[in-house]
Amino acid sequence: MSKIKQVLSVNFGKIQPDSVEEYVKAGGYEALKKAFSMEPVAIINEVKAAKLLGRGGAAYPAGSKWEQLYEIQEFPKYIVCNADEGEPGTFKDKMLLEKDPLRVIEGMTIAGKVFNSHEGYIYIRGEYRKIQKVFQSALDNAEKAGYLGNNILGTDFSFKIHIMTGAGAYVCGENSALLNSTEGKVGRPRIKPPHLAEVGLFLMPTLVNNVESFANVPTIVLVGGDEYLSYGTPDSGGTKLVCLSGHAANRGVYEVPFGVTLRDIIFDEEIGGGVANGGKLKFYHLGGQSGPIGFPEQLDTAYCCKVMRNNGLSVGSGAVVVLDESVCIIDYLKSVTEFFIHESCGKCVPCREGNTQLQFILDKFSKGTATEADFALMKKLSTTMAKASFCGLGQAATTALDSCLKYRKAEFEAHLNKQCPAGVCFTNEEGGE
Amino acid sequence: MCKQLTEKDVCEIIASHQASKEKLLSILLDIQDASGQNCIVEEWARVVSAELDLPLTKIYDVITFYEMLSEKPRGKNIIEICKSTPCHFIKGVNIVNIFEEELCIKMGETTPDNLFTLQYTSCVGACDIAPVAKIGDEVYGNLSKDKIVDIIKSYREAAICQK
Repeated sequence: MSKIKQVLSVNFGKIQPDSVEEYVKAGGYEALKKAFSMEPVAIINEVKAAKLLGRGGAAYPAGSKWEQLYEIQEFPKYIVCNADEGEPGTFKDKMLLEKDPLRVIEGMTIAGKVFNSHEGYIYIRGEYRKIQKVFQSALDNAEKAGYLGNNILGTDFSFKIHIMTGAGAYVCGENSALLNSTEGKVGRPRIKPPHLAEVGLFLMPTLVNNVESFANVPTIVLVGGDEYLSYGTPDSGGTKLVCLSGHAANRGVYEVPFGVTLRDIIFDEEIGGGVANGGKLKFYHLGGQSGPIGFPEQLDTAYCCKVMRNNGLSVGSGAVVVLDESVCIIDYLKSVTEFFIHESCGKCVPCREGNTQLQFILDKFSKGTATEADFALMKKLSTTMAKASFCGLGQAATTALDSCLKYRKAEFEAHLNKQCPAGVCFTNEEGGE
Repeated sequence: MCKQLTEKDVCEIIASHQASKEKLLSILLDIQDASGQNCIVEEWARVVSAELDLPLTKIYDVITFYEMLSEKPRGKNIIEICKSTPCHFIKGVNIVNIFEEELCIKMGETTPDNLFTLQYTSCVGACDIAPVAKIGDEVYGNLSKDKIVDIIKSYREAAICQK
């Protein structure tokens, strides 16, 4: 049986992305029409029943988020779409923005109707400037066709969507930093509480959801929350776009129902297709650089937010970076830490200094100068960063390290004895292995 | 090399974004694109500060925070090589070495003709075609030595045509 299920990706490559006509012919905007005949609370109840968990990485229940915002009686409210897809190994929002932008627009418009909001913003990362043009064209066409702008579907409801651009800052993917950046400011995170539902964009109540989360909304409205939930597991409704990269044989974006196993995702012929060039799987990095690392013995874990979390793994953004045995874990973690050093906004000490010190210790391992004491120091540093960092970036920066310390301590220990199982370190002194 | 950006041009860019404070990033990116030097010199930062009624320090806060903005002149084409793990661990080709050899510059430098600046970038979201390099808004993937040579050649030829 095929492990693939197409809900979000049905239109990929089949319609001209910015054409309203083709989108409607493919069943588009039926959900918006239905939403206009429904009570806002009924729509929120469908999203809750669907168990749609935020697709940006945090897996926060979208229904709860919607409910919280709905209960706040302060206007105007803003709808913001987080399209600052920056987790390395993640390129699924790009697919939605590029190949089916109107689905995202429809989802945002339904949210606008639910919250009686008249202004939506989509914050698209600067690296996707070319896609911003496609998206703008889709917005213009939707407005021309009466699905966006003034008097949508001939009613007195009006909703506009503005594109805001990023300019290269991973931290802006954090929702509060994203709102600061949307306001034209430096994208450093805000202190919480207050939550963004209460004090968000321009200090007003705001809904911030990921691109893929919004893209799911039309389907949920159309088929109903219960039906949507049934596509996935009882805890994680629907499907997930996963991004295979690294040494995966078939790199790309695939849509799978929640509940398939990691083995299916990495090895199924229709999905990852195993390791490229007959290589052997060593580990896989899930959900971006801030996610955990998984090992072959965990491959039978079900891809479901709850099951994954219970097993120390994570769905996160949907990234699955596959690495074969040529990769040294220490070398890999150095690359991850280098990323966080570069992307730390510098606002808080645990993240800014912690990553730098961590790199210093990892470097000692790769040079063979690390000692037993460095394990304890690394563990302590990781805990400090996770507990004391200001935002999710610093808090999650050592997630990958923690997985490796837990499951592959032997590889660190080998480095204490100047042995690199992958033959990557110490090559200058010993000429490799 | 290309026409010099004037204060009028800068003001037009600002006006095209309704001189809106929240559009600061778009304004700065557009000025940088039009500058011919891929940067925002102090003269233009001052114009933005005056037109948007924002302190100059705030303009610089933003310019220095975001990776894509620069206060120092750079080459006409910025070649950004992804160094995030999905690209970094792809085997076979060391694309940094190839770019350095073909351009006769080191990472972080600009060619003497100001045509190219070579720098690193974090993930550009094209991991399915790793290893990748981004030049301007274009992303080039599955890079090999031959491809890199062709890409550089195409940009050199385009520059000659423009002259």
